[in-house]
Amino acid sequence: MKPPDFDYVAPTSVDGAIKALGSDSEAKVLAGGQSLIPLLAFRLAGPSLLVDLARVDGLDHITDQGDRLVIGAMTRQRRVERDPLVANRCPLLAESLRHVGHPQIRSQGTIGGSVAHADPAAELPGVVLALGGRVHVTGPAGDRTIESEELFQGFLSTSIADGEILTAVEVPASGPRTGWSVVEVARRPGDYALCGALCQLQLDDAGAVMGVHLGLIGVGDRPMRAHAVEAAVLAGANPADAAELAPDGLSPSSDVHASSDYRLHLATVTSRRALTQALERAA
Amino acid sequence: MSDHAVTINVNGVERSNLVPARLTLADFLRERLDLTATHLACEHGVCGACTVLIDGETARACLLLTVQADGREVTTLEGLTEGDELGPIEQAFWAKHGMQCGFCTPGFVLTIAELLDDNPNPSREEIIEGLGGNLCRCTGYVKIVEAVEEAVTLRGGGA
Repeated sequence: MKPPDFDYVAPTSVDGAIKALGSDSEAKVLAGGQSLIPLLAFRLAGPSLLVDLARVDGLDHITDQGDRLVIGAMTRQRRVERDPLVANRCPLLAESLRHVGHPQIRSQGTIGGSVAHADPAAELPGVVLALGGRVHVTGPAGDRTIESEELFQGFLSTSIADGEILTAVEVPASGPRTGWSVVEVARRPGDYALCGALCQLQLDDAGAVMGVHLGLIGVGDRPMRAHAVEAAVLAGANPADAAELAPDGLSPSSDVHASSDYRLHLATVTSRRALTQALERAA
Repeated sequence: MSDHAVTINVNGVERSNLVPARLTLADFLRERLDLTATHLACEHGVCGACTVLIDGETARACLLLTVQADGREVTTLEGLTEGDELGPIEQAFWAKHGMQCGFCTPGFVLTIAELLDDNPNPSREEIIEGLGGNLCRCTGYVKIVEAVEEAVTLRGGGA
């Protein structure tokens, strides 16, 4: 269908965007539109005003802050995917982007838009959660940061308040001897994953795992972190044994694409494969 | 709701228009500019029939509002080659019978144009992955993949 009628503004500053957003209780932020415009076409969203962030100054950047990478909310996914700094400093993020939709989507889709949309099967929220990243938001009361474990509140829900705008996404930069892996099971490449595992781990000088991050997508109402698997790996378990713990605490719903039991099975399978590949890459 | 003034460079020509915010770029191209090579099927970003180039990169014209394209450069199939000349990708579709009904073809041609610009000599696997965002309901894709391989040869990208 065609989108319903709405009004549109394209402010050029964050302050202007916050004022516009505050001017209308039914206003919604437009980033790249690759999730929002389908919702409009399906008439699942009916905002009276769209506040487009594309012309806001200062939201399109990739900044190296030493131990962290800060990426402006409106940075296009394809730019991040192709950025040598990201490939070098946060390879898990670079690789996960190749699984986001298709190139035609990533050319317009943004980092901040995907994270704020918070689809439980989407890669970018999963990466931010797995790595323990955070987001920067600005609202009428000023700036604040939200840690990833506080950010994702449920299906398409975040703790970003009404009237606030996500301005940047921050992820820790990887250190030496880091391995990573993105393993998904999807009906077709580019589809949302039935289940996906996003893994980054680091070895110490002796070759033992000193840090491991494992995120799971598609297995709940929000991205999940596989703490039990991580603890087992740190305690020395091999990938196959550790991955058996992946279903701990998960209760995915059944739908037309996959049953709950199948998704739990995939959580183990994708976790095992991701841990194995990440270990190989770190070695 | 109010109309918005936009100026969009479409196939090398600046086009100014007043549009409602809800008008998608695909509808703008088809209904305001009569550029009907950009096809619309699913209208929610799945099928790829409406693929165009925005600032040189492929994008779904059904997933962009016309107001979002203000000030940007859009290339449609009509702008990919001069006049009635067939470019190498179109010639390859002709030679390899890469279409049946032809509805999906414009989107495929633009996707392939970008694919071959990025990677002039792709493997069969890279071609199949590169076409993943475009649906065809007639061919079963085999002839389209062969057309891409033919286009590689016609463009002089083959080994």
